[in-house]
Amino acid sequence: MRTENLVATARIEADLDPMLYLDHAATTPMRPEVGEAMAPYLDGRFGNPSGIHATARRAKNSIEEARERIATTIGATNPLEIVFTGGGTEADNLAVIGAAIGTGGGAVTTAVEHPAVLESARFLSRIGSDVSIVPVDGEGRVAPDAVANTVDRGTAVVSVMTANNETGVIQPVAEVARLVRSANDRALVHTDAVQAFGSLAVSADPDGPDLISVSAHKIGGPQGVGFLFVRDGAKLEPVIHGGGQELGRRSGTHNVAAIVGLAVAVESAVAGRSVYREQVGAARDRFELDLRSGVNVEVTADAADRLVSHAHLRFPGIPAETLLVRLDFAGVAAAAGAACHSGAIQESHVLAAMGVGSTEASESIRFSFGRDDDAATGAEAARIVSGVVEDLS
Amino acid sequence: MRALVAMSGGVDSSVAAALMIEAGYDVVGVTLKQWVGAGGEMPTAGCCTVSDAEDARRVAAQLDIPYYVLDYVDEFTAAVVEPFGAAYLAGRTPNPCIECNRKVRFSALLERTAELDADVLVTGHHARISYDDAGWHLLRAVDGTKDQSYVLHMLGQEELSRIRLPVGEMTKVEVRERAAAMGLRTASKPDSQDICFVASGDYRDFLAQQLPETALPGPVVDTGGTILGEHDGITGFTIGQRRGLGIAVGEARYVVDVQPDERRVVVGTYDEMLAHGCVVSGLSFVSGTPPDDPNVSVKVRYRTSAIAASLHPVGERWTVRFGERQPAPAPGQAAVFYDGDRVLGGGTIEEVIRE
Repeated sequence: MRTENLVATARIEADLDPMLYLDHAATTPMRPEVGEAMAPYLDGRFGNPSGIHATARRAKNSIEEARERIATTIGATNPLEIVFTGGGTEADNLAVIGAAIGTGGGAVTTAVEHPAVLESARFLSRIGSDVSIVPVDGEGRVAPDAVANTVDRGTAVVSVMTANNETGVIQPVAEVARLVRSANDRALVHTDAVQAFGSLAVSADPDGPDLISVSAHKIGGPQGVGFLFVRDGAKLEPVIHGGGQELGRRSGTHNVAAIVGLAVAVESAVAGRSVYREQVGAARDRFELDLRSGVNVEVTADAADRLVSHAHLRFPGIPAETLLVRLDFAGVAAAAGAACHSGAIQESHVLAAMGVGSTEASESIRFSFGRDDDAATGAEAARIVSGVVEDLS
Repeated sequence: MRALVAMSGGVDSSVAAALMIEAGYDVVGVTLKQWVGAGGEMPTAGCCTVSDAEDARRVAAQLDIPYYVLDYVDEFTAAVVEPFGAAYLAGRTPNPCIECNRKVRFSALLERTAELDADVLVTGHHARISYDDAGWHLLRAVDGTKDQSYVLHMLGQEELSRIRLPVGEMTKVEVRERAAAMGLRTASKPDSQDICFVASGDYRDFLAQQLPETALPGPVVDTGGTILGEHDGITGFTIGQRRGLGIAVGEARYVVDVQPDERRVVVGTYDEMLAHGCVVSGLSFVSGTPPDDPNVSVKVRYRTSAIAASLHPVGERWTVRFGERQPAPAPGQAAVFYDGDRVLGGGTIEEVIRE
């Protein structure tokens, strides 16, 4: 009988890591250099950056250095355009809610956004703002002119994600930004780049979005930290009120260790992007190729540009719930739809927006590869997944 | 051998999982998500709540077994919740636990058990399963006060061969002692009494919300048709009920009949309420065939003792004749037949026989 205490249980769980982790879109392991950079701050080097004494100054210096490094890495002209947040969701809330309330206007977004954006838009709608949700095509792509046509003089913010977290489908964000500006040059353009940052060029280009959300833990940083790029001059009402940190845009004592880790993760991710695209793309392509030659499988949004990390697949006739449990037994970690608080699978609003029927949606699974994977990982994954799928067919 | 354990977050299924590990099985814990609130989340009050699932998850972590929440909301709604409302509208008194066992736990989940490559499905029910030359048997629990064999009467040979009920061999006190000895967080968690999808604890509130027509008033009449008063919805009345009739007459009165078409509740004396037997539909027998001896004992509600009765097949429906007159059973409840501790089978009560 195993009835060890919690510490012992946690140790056992650490030993039981899945043989094949294919859920990097949910979260990916921290890079070793990130942990090394954070370690001193978790062990002795403390300090609240908001104080006036030497200890506080040391902490303040660390977060400002992190801010500068991130700004340089993404091509921001002013380090103060980087606002540290408690993660991607908080960055999305600050962008969408903050921009709409800050200028007293409405919001335009798409039907396939992450809940952090969609629920923020619904909140705006509940408090009386105009909110428009632009539909997508069967491949999950939004048409830039459809977005621009929805924008009017009262639009404060337009939010279109860089790439979708479930399907990996890439949106034409640069084109959206261009057309939105010609429709209303005062509207702020936001993009949730949380899922895309590790593989796509995301920069503070003057022609690109005014607001960009990034999360650390999707790119090898720690959980619970992220940033919002806020172009100089963009007026945001804070969503977290308090002591006025981050120029009043995000109150709360800084998580110094996490911010230091975030900066290292951003630098490493950007430096490693081209290798990532090649290597992870090879893993994903081999995985899909081998599966298609062995079992009955459909690739979601096959005709669209997708992130190289994502393989969103449907195995006709096999419920995702059953397949995920059987894959877990086989040591393969994958995901379906969105997990709710209880852990049950919820229907995907992304697939619904693409016109996928509820039966088809309930047979869909996301596999997502990480920076250490390559073609051999893809082949091994296809071999195990094919075996389980055949057993269930 | 792999065992799938349905974990509700209570002490019985927690111990059931631990006992299966001891028995050498690869144990997998699952919680069924059966019912959601308007926001699509699991309920926060009643039983089978988010916090119950959290207890199950924590126990599974403590036992170091995989754990999953499986979505049975559509199946549960169609098989249990919708018929629950429909039965009350028809003046009946449904037993949702029986319908859940019949159509969700021991059918849909049992099918899933095989798909998940598990050999047996395990629950924390208090009842026993045994096997001998005659086949599989379903028996009352060791702890008579906790016996749940009544709500499992629909199980047949095929189901029983793939189900294990390890805590049925223990008293509730022993179950709690085992849980405490193993340090399981659910050791002293109170038993749940409520209908799992009724968060408020009062099924009439639930019905009034889901089916407003169940809360329409109607007359309370005596067996001669004289109006004695008014009620605020037939769903508050079950045949045999004495309390809460809302009428003031000298002698004690009991519900004799509920007539949904006229929304009429008929009350009468104790003698008028008594029944000679009942008509039962949808019969099933544990062995697969009816007993040779028509003389059995029968339980017509969960919380009563079994009484002597005889069974008479009349086509699809069977007649159950009580040895002596009994407080009338409520249509919609189950009549479950026993031979001593052994469950023979059962069915749904359709009508009361008074002559």
